[in-house]
Amino acid sequence: MHETLHLLVVDDELGMRLSIERALKAYATSFEDIEVDVDFRITTADSGEAALEAAAKDPPQIILLDYKLPGMSGLDVLQALMEARTEALIVMITAYASLETAVQATKIGAFDFLAKPFTPIEVKAAVHKTAKHYMIQAQARKLAGERRQIRFEFLSVLAHELKSPLAAVEGNLRILRDHAAGDAIGAYDHLLDRSILRLDGMRKLILDLLDLTRIESGQKQRSLVEADVCAAATQSLETFQSLAAERNVNLLFCPPGKVWLKADPGELEMMFNNLISNAIKYNHEGGSVTVEVEDGPEEVRVAVHDTGIGIGKEDLAKLFGEFSRIRNEKTRNILGSGLGLSILRRLASLYGGKVEVQSEPDRGSTFTVTLRK
Amino acid sequence: MTDKKNVLVVDDDIDLLEQVSFVLASEGYRVIKAQGQKEGEEALLTTIPDLAVLDLMMENMDSGFVLCHHVKRLYPETPVILLTAVKAATGLDFHPQSEEAASWVKADVVMDKPVRPEQLKAEARRLLKL
Repeated sequence: MHETLHLLVVDDELGMRLSIERALKAYATSFEDIEVDVDFRITTADSGEAALEAAAKDPPQIILLDYKLPGMSGLDVLQALMEARTEALIVMITAYASLETAVQATKIGAFDFLAKPFTPIEVKAAVHKTAKHYMIQAQARKLAGERRQIRFEFLSVLAHELKSPLAAVEGNLRILRDHAAGDAIGAYDHLLDRSILRLDGMRKLILDLLDLTRIESGQKQRSLVEADVCAAATQSLETFQSLAAERNVNLLFCPPGKVWLKADPGELEMMFNNLISNAIKYNHEGGSVTVEVEDGPEEVRVAVHDTGIGIGKEDLAKLFGEFSRIRNEKTRNILGSGLGLSILRRLASLYGGKVEVQSEPDRGSTFTVTLRK
Repeated sequence: MTDKKNVLVVDDDIDLLEQVSFVLASEGYRVIKAQGQKEGEEALLTTIPDLAVLDLMMENMDSGFVLCHHVKRLYPETPVILLTAVKAATGLDFHPQSEEAASWVKADVVMDKPVRPEQLKAEARRLLKL
């Protein structure tokens, strides 16, 4: 990345302005650790008043500010700039490096000092240091802005996802209250079933959301023990036995014995629950789900294969995004929070692992999770 | 009855689709249901709706706007009711504030969700000039 920073020199002595300009005119510097090259556009002002006017019109990123100015003093200018909430970093130029001055200026908000007389090399060194600090600050500001934006989008979608089931249930209840479909109670069975289903979906979303935020914040109490991955798989398969029976989906698992991994049993269960419930939900009637656990020297590999609707190439890329449920004719009546795979990927990363997916539309998908020992 | 009015209802949430359709069918309209923007676009090729009731946020955040645009392009005379939960979801107000915004949105009526059946029935009657 290349940046040109605006540097304003404020000094009442023409000779001083010229010598600083000359020292910095062809000066460029680079910060390898943050991958930025920087050069400078230099403007000058011969008084504090002129400096404030110039800074308001064309905001600089760095200001070299003489302490001793006619009229407004350097400290006054500094104070005024701080009150105007300038983004610029200010380096005070002082003739007599007195401690008192330094302390005062630092309190007001000066970034650094440059003692007169100085050599061109000293000016460059001070500007280098200041520019680097400015660039790091700018990057941090940008990152914080992006984070706020992502958070806003996440919350907007979340609110929508939470409101939809509420609206569905509310609508059904209104129909029921108004006896809008007649007086026979049987006429409302379907509406009641749908309402329960939507509330179930909503509960699942809230639970997933809690899981996700706990993992994200790192506040989930992890208890790492020697856990048998196969036992976790078996337990999760039992949990989903009735859902599978309902969909007429066969669950298949041949444990290769005990596979030990230092892991949090709750996290393992969460992982299998996500994998297996997806494999059942997105399956065909009469299909099957095969779970494999493989013990390796450095990692444990878990694969869950289904014979379901599969995922198109164009959809694979967005699969792991939050709330990015793949919406098409095949999936639209399958309830899901849109957070499951996002959770899965974060869990896997806690074990230095990854999630991979292979899929063929209408043939099925295989999700493979590798967990490092 | 041969003069039954055709009402196209589009919502990607099957329960809300059924509810809105139920309300309008109880008014004696012939309801054509479409679940989502794509199905809505397909329905427009085979039916000329006398009224379209569209959800705003479907496959995409702006599916309803896009579909509304299609309706108006194909059948400029067909009034459109846009249903939105946007205000409640984000705190943003999507109701067209100015003449210019209204012409851009193109919908004849924007209604907040949850929709009250009586209000929906009344707007439908008004737009169909019944």
